[in-house]
Amino acid sequence: MEVIFLLIAISLILAVTFLWLFFRAMKDGQFDDDYTPSVRILFDSHKKATKKQSTKPKSYE
Amino acid sequence: MKKPATINLPAVKCYHCGEPCENENFLLEEKQFCCHGCKLVYEVLAENDLCNYYNIEAFPGESQKSQTGKSNRFDYLNDEETARNLLDFQNQEQSHVTFFIPLIHCASCIWLLENLFHIHSGIISSRVDFIKKKVQIKFSNQKLSLKELVELLSAIGYEPRINLANLEKKQKNYSDNRIVKKLAVAGFCFGNMMLFSVPEYFSETVLIAENFRGLFNYLNVVLALPVVLYSANDYYISAWNSLRLKRINMDVPIVLGIIALFFYSLWEILIAGNAGYMDSLGGLLFFLLLGKIYQQKTFATLEFDRDYKSYFPIAITRLSQDVEEVIPLRKLEVGNLIRVRNEELIPADSILLSESANIDYSFVTGEEVPVPKKKDDLIFAGGRQLGDPILLTVQKSPSQGYLTDLWNNEAFEKKKDKLLEPLSNKISASFTWIVIFISVSALLFWSFTDFSIAVKSFVSVLIVACPCALAMSTPFTLGNTLRIFGRGKFYLKNASVVERLALIDTVVFDKTGTLTSPSQAKINFHGELLSNETKSLIKSLVSKSAHPLSIRINQWLGNISVLEIENFEEIKGNGLRAIYKNQEIKIGSSDFTGSKNGELEEFGNLVFFQVEGVTIGYFHIQSGLREGLEDVVKALRGKYEIHVLSGDHPHELGSLKAKLGKDIQYNFLQSPKDKMNYLRDLNTSGKETLMIGDGLNDAGALQESNVGIAVTDQVSHFSPASDAILSSDSLRSISDYLGFAKQSRNIIKASFGLSLLYNVVGVSLAVQGLLSPVICAVLMPVSSISVVLFTTLSTNILAWKKGLIIQKST
Repeated sequence: MEVIFLLIAISLILAVTFLWLFFRAMKDGQFDDDYTPSVRILFDSHKKATKKQSTKPKSYE
Repeated sequence: MKKPATINLPAVKCYHCGEPCENENFLLEEKQFCCHGCKLVYEVLAENDLCNYYNIEAFPGESQKSQTGKSNRFDYLNDEETARNLLDFQNQEQSHVTFFIPLIHCASCIWLLENLFHIHSGIISSRVDFIKKKVQIKFSNQKLSLKELVELLSAIGYEPRINLANLEKKQKNYSDNRIVKKLAVAGFCFGNMMLFSVPEYFSETVLIAENFRGLFNYLNVVLALPVVLYSANDYYISAWNSLRLKRINMDVPIVLGIIALFFYSLWEILIAGNAGYMDSLGGLLFFLLLGKIYQQKTFATLEFDRDYKSYFPIAITRLSQDVEEVIPLRKLEVGNLIRVRNEELIPADSILLSESANIDYSFVTGEEVPVPKKKDDLIFAGGRQLGDPILLTVQKSPSQGYLTDLWNNEAFEKKKDKLLEPLSNKISASFTWIVIFISVSALLFWSFTDFSIAVKSFVSVLIVACPCALAMSTPFTLGNTLRIFGRGKFYLKNASVVERLALIDTVVFDKTGTLTSPSQAKINFHGELLSNETKSLIKSLVSKSAHPLSIRINQWLGNISVLEIENFEEIKGNGLRAIYKNQEIKIGSSDFTGSKNGELEEFGNLVFFQVEGVTIGYFHIQSGLREGLEDVVKALRGKYEIHVLSGDHPHELGSLKAKLGKDIQYNFLQSPKDKMNYLRDLNTSGKETLMIGDGLNDAGALQESNVGIAVTDQVSHFSPASDAILSSDSLRSISDYLGFAKQSRNIIKASFGLSLLYNVVGVSLAVQGLLSPVICAVLMPVSSISVVLFTTLSTNILAWKKGLIIQKST
């Protein structure tokens, strides 16, 4: 039964990680605009090099 | 000399904006444009290979006809302080700036604005926030200046809106974020505490070894700490503030419950070695915060607190030693010489130096027809010059003018939200006393027999009676009402407006722009029958004038050809004169033409038409009531007292009386301050007032009323500070909205009843000392969820019955 101590620790760490991830996503502004990305994804990227540029700073920050 | 009447052919639509091409056609690569501006935009886009813009949506642009092409109007952006205030971020290489562009309306807009870097290599990247109609642009300082960037945007038809208010306050709204974080913490703790409490729910059957119970309970204490110390602290602050004012609001019993729950559970776990109710505490906060967020629905693109600053121009053309310079408004000083062009706003009370001016005060007074001014007249800020550029000397600084005086009035100081005590606060006061009374009686009753049971039942009553469900019925009902209204293009500033709306008994309408609308104008011609040639003749005169009455006559005449006339001149505020086939043609007011018709003066504006001094006839122009408004007023008349205020001359009193009824109180020639005082008098006589207005001239009245609704044709455009913004096409549903607000108050009362029922059951168990963790764990969420379901379902059903939910789109 001692394994339960380990499991509790893991479950708490996991839950805290998710909470932290949520905070980080919120700080990055992921939930600020929930409409534009749905339109943006439908644009043809007929010029590849340029399309990347506009999304790059956000996702690799 | 007549032009062939070929223009009546089905109109070709402009490739850029989709408006019919009326005049000479602008042709480029077999594409038609309605004006030079649209063609220019297309050229810029074609040059940079961005014509995909036109493939994503048809006619994505906005007509460029009304654009004033003044080349130096963005010069103020060269001013360093102005630029610094606008920029979000700046370092050696790059700058970031966020612009509000009201024009953003379709996928093409997003595509074009995010591909700006094709047009200029200085633009690093741009990102659109469609909902907020904002674009964030990162650009290189070396290659591009802020002014050039704005010029570029305006060249492709997306001119950002920059106003004084943008320049002054530049802080982000963090409060929304904070409450979401609190909810996340509460949810996280609540979920984990429930897991650790599972053994307690089934305490009869031994699930796991006894030694784990202690560990689980201690973990619960640790998890409860962030909830009590972080998630709940808004409630402590609010409860403390209301207690300091010797009042009891809804948060007082909540805080009482939180404290009782926490310390009793602490005692149970640490000293008595029992389970405690920490999971219930987590659940309580989680549901409460959920309700709070639901209530805080905001409409991102709308601003409810705008004052004159968002309306005033930020740049002024100043003359110093005969050299024109464009300066920011805040640098304007008394005594400066300024030049104001056609359609520009006069920023400060000034004296006219030019020979004559034609000032449109429609936004300040509500009077639609421009006022002629002569040299040395004082011109108040807020007027708009129509016609040739004029020269003025500034008399007062922009913040102290006649118009802005209104904002220094005390009416703008007070917060309306504090005026009315919400229903929930009234109930919670008596509720709190009853709970304390019951818990103390339970304590006294049991203390004669068993003191430990006495303490237990005392605390249990406090815990169970904690008005979780009670506290949630208000936010969820009001929040849902807010959403339903929003779907009908009726946007409220916050949820407390619904409660105030429910108590209204007097409705005050502004006339110009609210009851009447220029686009609904009714025109009749009295006199000789007009031949096609005379019609064309009149059109050739009125189409050259920017006067609102000319524009209306022009519209009424429709799409007919024009004739060639000579010696056209416009006498400001009087009329038009021209020579046609050696005959003198005059169109204008009775003073100008010397004709009279006294009978009809009360029913609208008259415009006479004369040839060689002989009056052929006159146009009778009534600013028409908005469609459906007669029915609205009829529907309101029985239930509410109705008043009409107008800054206009009473020349339409007769037709208004005929249409709306005689028992309404009409008041004409009301200055903005008169309107405000009128509302104040109504308020002091004990009326609950609703003001419905549209312009800056109603700002004082909107502020003074219990609820002020600003009516606007374009919700994202300017509207004065108000409690609610109503799209003008929804004005006809206003009586439904008022009725619905009343009913949502009833729903709150009903759900109070429901949650009281839960409390009675819980308390009756608690006074007997029968409360166990299981009952607590079940009762708490069940009561909360059922109240939430009850309020949202009943508001939706009501709205559906009233026909307020028509389209399902959000």
